[in-house]
Amino acid sequence: MTAVAVSETEYVRRPLGGRLRISSAWLGAAPFLLYTGLFLFLPTVLVAVGAFSGPHGPTLANLAQLSRPYVVSAFLNSLVLSAVSASVGAVVGSVLAYAVATGSPDGILRRLVTAFCGVLSQFGGVTLAFAFIATIGTEGFIVIWLQQHGIRFYPNGVWLFSLTGLTLIYTYFEIPLMVIVFMPALDGIRPQWREATETLGGGTWHYWRHVAGPLLMPAFLGAWLLLFANAFSAYATAAALLDIGGVIVPLQISRALSSEVGLDQANFAAALALGMVVIVAIITLLYARLQRRSARWLPR
Amino acid sequence: MKGSAARATCLGLALTVVGTLAACGGSSDSSWSNVTSAASNGGMSALVTAAKAEGQLNVIALPLNWANYGAIIKDFSAKYGIKVNQANPQGSSQDEVNAVNSEKGTSKAPDVLDIGMAVAWANTSLFAPYEVSEWSSIPANQKDAGGLWYQDYGGYMSIGYDSSKYTVTSVADLLTPAFKSAVALNGDPTEANAALNGVMLASLANGGSISNIGPGVSFFKQLNAAGNFVPVTATAATIDNGTTPVVFDWDYLNSASVVNLPSWKVFVPSNAILGGYYAQAITKTAPHPAAARLWEEYLYSATGQNLWLQGGARPVEMTAMQANGSLNQTYAAALPAVSGSPVTLDQSQASAAASYLASNWSAAVGS
Repeated sequence: MTAVAVSETEYVRRPLGGRLRISSAWLGAAPFLLYTGLFLFLPTVLVAVGAFSGPHGPTLANLAQLSRPYVVSAFLNSLVLSAVSASVGAVVGSVLAYAVATGSPDGILRRLVTAFCGVLSQFGGVTLAFAFIATIGTEGFIVIWLQQHGIRFYPNGVWLFSLTGLTLIYTYFEIPLMVIVFMPALDGIRPQWREATETLGGGTWHYWRHVAGPLLMPAFLGAWLLLFANAFSAYATAAALLDIGGVIVPLQISRALSSEVGLDQANFAAALALGMVVIVAIITLLYARLQRRSARWLPR
Repeated sequence: MKGSAARATCLGLALTVVGTLAACGGSSDSSWSNVTSAASNGGMSALVTAAKAEGQLNVIALPLNWANYGAIIKDFSAKYGIKVNQANPQGSSQDEVNAVNSEKGTSKAPDVLDIGMAVAWANTSLFAPYEVSEWSSIPANQKDAGGLWYQDYGGYMSIGYDSSKYTVTSVADLLTPAFKSAVALNGDPTEANAALNGVMLASLANGGSISNIGPGVSFFKQLNAAGNFVPVTATAATIDNGTTPVVFDWDYLNSASVVNLPSWKVFVPSNAILGGYYAQAITKTAPHPAAARLWEEYLYSATGQNLWLQGGARPVEMTAMQANGSLNQTYAAALPAVSGSPVTLDQSQASAAASYLASNWSAAVGS
């Protein structure tokens, strides 16, 4: 009887031990959870709460301001800027990555390109803006050099300090970023698959359309999304280049936070930020759906 | 939002300054926090002793090439042996106020502010009243009767330009094709006071009035459509590298660019003389209350006022100093020539201009 009782307690204890094992696994994830909680979840909650609060308690006034024409156009500008620079970056970057990936895996070219891309993908902000101002700015050395040879770099006025210029500059760090994030996916493509396609009578088109393309699509879309978010949230480069007029959303946020002429509205800044969060969330959801479709038949 | 954001920032700050807090807390004589004049608490010598004991002063948003602040900070620091900690030199007046709120209670909180009038009027609850010894030399309409803020220096809106490439004789000149990609402001007018006044200058020169900034916005819209507007904040760097060869800014800021660019000239249009002053204030939560008060005493002494004048700014005690002979005549003679009667934005005109800009500016110059 006593023995039975003991074994029963042991029996009862076993799942408890199991649960304990789970919690130790959770313990391992704790730093990550703490990090995402503090730096992702908490700020998002603060932004959301801020967007709905005003000086006299909860309000929808901040969100209502998002419908103002200049705010709407800033959102459109931000979307177009991010989509164009992400698309150009994704296409050019993946072609470059493919060229490098098909070369020797330990070759000097590959090592050089990855090293350069690692540096350039993080090249942004004031330094990047200045690099462009110094080369193709109003008094940039390329502009002056061409002028000395009778060529006008800007026949119709300087476009560097506009959305066009900003798109060019963003592309500058988007391409190397694409190379870095897309290279591993290309490395996963085996030459045997191409051989198999050819054995079955398929050509280059068939290989890309039915084998490599579908295999690479999820990685390509994921990388595009990363590039999009990277451009969408960039602030310092734009602030150094065209900080007048609140052309894109991050610049509008800066204005709402630091206006010294009495137009500071921290809560409206939160509403703008919430708008950005919602847009990125929608695009992430679209991406998840697309990826589920395109990854359906991938080996798991 | 303001409350929660401030709390979040404080958490971060608390982690970083926890070491220095203890060191700074004890040294200041807290009795100076509520003192409204040096005379009421032992006079200047007591103030100097207390400030030296604190040993530090936190200033914010003071670019070294703005109204001679580089020389002012250096001289103050050398004279009293007080270390001047400079935060966010390119910040706006609102950034200064935001820092007062978010860094409250830490040793890094700003002690003194140099702010635009719109921000001063809106935030008097953050200021500690204080009257400098030279209080009576500040004109009555340029200070708060309770001593919460006091204007410090000012000037007139002007157009600075590189005379090796351009000639400016009127605001309308800027619309001609010769000024392609050349004309800039000191910031976004919905954000920066100097830029708002730049648009107001254009308004005055184009049939607008001190209570109607509309023609100024239309002017910049035309300027942008002509491809003459550069949407870059003009700084000493952009003037040096040629990105902004024509700049709307306060005359004392424009004058400072001559140092690096000898061909730089400053023009004040006679049909649009727009004055503007900044103001000083001591924060209620100043971690170095005696040093803060000594800083104000120094700025409003003849030395401080003449240093501003040397930087091309018109010190607030200029008239009184002219009368008692303490004004530096060499510096005064170097100020840009201004003829005509100046106008200055009052509180309601400034806020009317700002709200007009809020709804019309981006549409006018957004690309």
